[in-house]
Amino acid sequence: MMDFPLLSILILLPIIGGGLLLLCKQNHLLARQLALIVSVVTMLLSFLLYIGFDSTTHQMQFVERLSWIATFNIEYYLGVDGFSMPLMILTTISTVLVVIAGWQVIQDRAAQYMAAFLIMEGLMLGVFAALDAILFYLFFEAMLIPLFLVIGIWGGPNRVYATIKFFLYTFFGSVFLLIALLYLQFQAGSFSILDFHDVSLTLTQQIWIFLAFLIAFAVKIPMWPVHTWLPDAHVEAPTGGSVILAAITLKIGGYGLLRFALPITPDASMTLDWLVIGLSLIAIVYIGFVALAQSDLKKLIAYSSIAHMGFVTLGLFIVFRITANEAITIGIGNGQVLAIEGAMVQMISHGFIAAAMFLSVGVLYDRMHTREISAYGGVANSMPKFTALAVFFAMANAGLPGTSGFVGEFMVILAAFQANFWYAFLAATTLILGAAYTLWMVKRVFFGEIANDEVAKLQDINSREMLLLASLAVIVLVIGIWPDPLLNVMHASVDNLLLQITQSKL
Amino acid sequence: MAFEVPNMLFALPEMLLLAMCCIVLLVVAFTGNRQINLVHALSQLSLLITFMTVFWMMGEGGLTFSETYIKDPLSDVLKLAICLVNMLVLSYSYRYLQVRKLLQGEFYVLVLFSTLGMLVMVSAHNFLTLYLGLELMSLCLYALVAMHRDSFTATEAGMKYFILGALASGMLLYGMSIIYGVTGELGIEAIATAIANEELNQTVLSLGIVFLVIGIGFKFGAVPFHMWLPDVYQGAPTAITLFVASAPKIAAFALLIRILTEGMGDMLSVWRDMLIMLAVLSIVVGNLLAIAQTNLKRMLAYSTISHVGFLLLGVLAGSQAGFAAALFYTLVYALMTLGSFGMILLLSREGFEAEEIEDFKGLGQRHPWHALMMLLLMFSMAGIPPLAGFYAKLSVIKAVVDVNLLAVAIVAVVMSVIGAYYYLRVVKVMFFDTLTEQPRIEASTSMQYLLSGNVLAALFLGLFPGALFALCARIFS
Repeated sequence: MMDFPLLSILILLPIIGGGLLLLCKQNHLLARQLALIVSVVTMLLSFLLYIGFDSTTHQMQFVERLSWIATFNIEYYLGVDGFSMPLMILTTISTVLVVIAGWQVIQDRAAQYMAAFLIMEGLMLGVFAALDAILFYLFFEAMLIPLFLVIGIWGGPNRVYATIKFFLYTFFGSVFLLIALLYLQFQAGSFSILDFHDVSLTLTQQIWIFLAFLIAFAVKIPMWPVHTWLPDAHVEAPTGGSVILAAITLKIGGYGLLRFALPITPDASMTLDWLVIGLSLIAIVYIGFVALAQSDLKKLIAYSSIAHMGFVTLGLFIVFRITANEAITIGIGNGQVLAIEGAMVQMISHGFIAAAMFLSVGVLYDRMHTREISAYGGVANSMPKFTALAVFFAMANAGLPGTSGFVGEFMVILAAFQANFWYAFLAATTLILGAAYTLWMVKRVFFGEIANDEVAKLQDINSREMLLLASLAVIVLVIGIWPDPLLNVMHASVDNLLLQITQSKL
Repeated sequence: MAFEVPNMLFALPEMLLLAMCCIVLLVVAFTGNRQINLVHALSQLSLLITFMTVFWMMGEGGLTFSETYIKDPLSDVLKLAICLVNMLVLSYSYRYLQVRKLLQGEFYVLVLFSTLGMLVMVSAHNFLTLYLGLELMSLCLYALVAMHRDSFTATEAGMKYFILGALASGMLLYGMSIIYGVTGELGIEAIATAIANEELNQTVLSLGIVFLVIGIGFKFGAVPFHMWLPDVYQGAPTAITLFVASAPKIAAFALLIRILTEGMGDMLSVWRDMLIMLAVLSIVVGNLLAIAQTNLKRMLAYSTISHVGFLLLGVLAGSQAGFAAALFYTLVYALMTLGSFGMILLLSREGFEAEEIEDFKGLGQRHPWHALMMLLLMFSMAGIPPLAGFYAKLSVIKAVVDVNLLAVAIVAVVMSVIGAYYYLRVVKVMFFDTLTEQPRIEASTSMQYLLSGNVLAALFLGLFPGALFALCARIFS
């Protein structure tokens, strides 16, 4: 396995495929077929990662390491562990869904649309696989370009505002990341992220670096109060753009905290955990209420995404409180593992559920060309098959046991009880709030009297849309009932991370 | 004093170029503008010969002409870059000038003499030689800017450039004379030795440095000495702007390195604070004012000011890595500037200048390839990876972080976020706005290929910057 550069192929295949797509300008069918083939092949190749993955070690696997810019000691250094591997598979699956979802809907410049998503796929895989800080930054930033274009070209009426806001927000966050990385390199003598993990830093240094990381990744996640770009971007983005935004780019923020903030600056993370926990709880509770007030379907899901991502950051940072509570018992307790794994499961699960929700909204939007909840009503009568699936996803979004949405939230809440009762109490309100805004939305859109003639004339989903939503439903259900395959691959990495963050660097 | 035969070989490229300049001048004098294609070919040939000579003589180096002239790796690389850039400038300008009936022999003669001035500047190792080269270059540039004599704006720009440029030269000369007064030397190395070994009057020395920095700041267009730059960029015909904006900056980099780091290296603590002010002001003012521009040439002028600020960051770091980063930045800047002004030239045609940002409306639909090229250029200038501009910014910021000037680095990166906005606006106009008028492209295919190659080089440098970095680092090690 070592000789076969699987990660490079995973990264380069979609990028090259996207480049080729740009060449077939007018032939939309060919472009679509090519995009589908490339994305499916990439997805199948990414399954090889899972098959070949050794879940007994926390060491990086499938490592590729070449010198790239020798003067600065920057390397082309790739590798995956239990955190990045599941996210890479999430990425490849989402891209296939996006390609299928855009099959008929995108008529304007279809080849470029598909190309943008394929190139973005390669770059996102690069983000997860990169083990060199500059390489990571390169993918992290370069990813903005295709997403900027996707929202700006194929987006809704207010797309220019939304996409520039999105770009500047995330760019603003990431420049601090760059400074932090350069400073760390100055301390560590190399750009390898794994070397950063071992570098010793004083508390003051750690706090500054941690704040830089927090700004960069909090914008991506997004955490309250830097979340305002997300609703705008989601509302204006085409369906595919929303799916990728919700399913993957948000996860990059959580992944960044896991990969950078926690292991590199454990003491600062501990000192400032109140900040992140506080922001997470605000996201969960306050944004939950905000979601309740939305009249636009996509905005509602966007706010619900922010609330759900609050669980991820909560899970990552209550670890320190649990450790403090368990100070007498030395070693790593069950609670910490639950918290981190809960956060990871929540990321993966939210990736699929949010993708499904946005695809469902896309199905409605393609037919009615409005996202206003008030324009709908009684959709169940004209679209029974679609309603069944959409209601299922709504339930999953609200955290129904048996769906993947339940697993992550439940694990985090359980862990939160070991940290502080009130954290758990506040976090658990999401079960009520989430159910409230999701089910109320379901009631207004799908049930009740048929609102108008247009709703009455709605066509139920075709086999292409059925395929999309049904496959997502299966995944959500499988992770919900049997999360072990997902949890097993990350045990070793989680243990290692806990070891890193519970040992003070001071 | 023994008479030494100077090693003429070290100045061979300049001598050949001078000879070719004279030939071109003669051809122009005898044929007027009837044989302009011949003049064009001869000019390109002169630059090519110079390029080849420099390339062929790379490696061996040393001082000559009584230590007033130096041939070292830095001068070799800068000369190669200048020749290459100017060859591209001539190719890009041809059609633009022809359509506007500006394609005259004078253009070529002035460009060639100006190039000669740049080469002399790059190799100068004495204040007098340096000044000689600078003036030869600048006087040609003044004339070029005002070449379109029927144009009110071009004449105004030329006038402004001349007056402010002369003022800057005066400042520089005054600074040089003060330094001469203190040290009694004009040679770069002799001055460095004097500063290192003798008890000199630090106050007067610092005063001299102030004037030198002002002079250099003027030539670069660093804030607060930037006033001429937007007017000249906007007022001059685009082809001339292209010339003014690219190669002279490379030569100015040599001026900066020779005077401040080689001559005044030991006075780092004195000039660093001045450069910090110039750099930070340039980055802030350049980026903020660029936002308000609707004219693309003027926007690029302000963006140049901010790039100058970044370039100065590398120099003020005062480390070898910093100088190497600044050199890398200069070369990448020249590449990107060539590309973006080249793009304006590509789109302009008879009676249409394509210099407003709005003129790029809908380019993404009409000419996706060229729009993609412009997009790459804009993202490169904004410093987004994986393009060359990113590594340029990365290396200077790294140099600044390495000498613990974190606050400066933070200001620089925050301003580059603000800077991203106006580059994005160009992308927005090209791709997101619907087509109103159809931008036609009438440029020759060879120019289109050259320009694409130019932009793809920026992309290539973004993917594999290692070799150029290594080269820059070797020069300053």
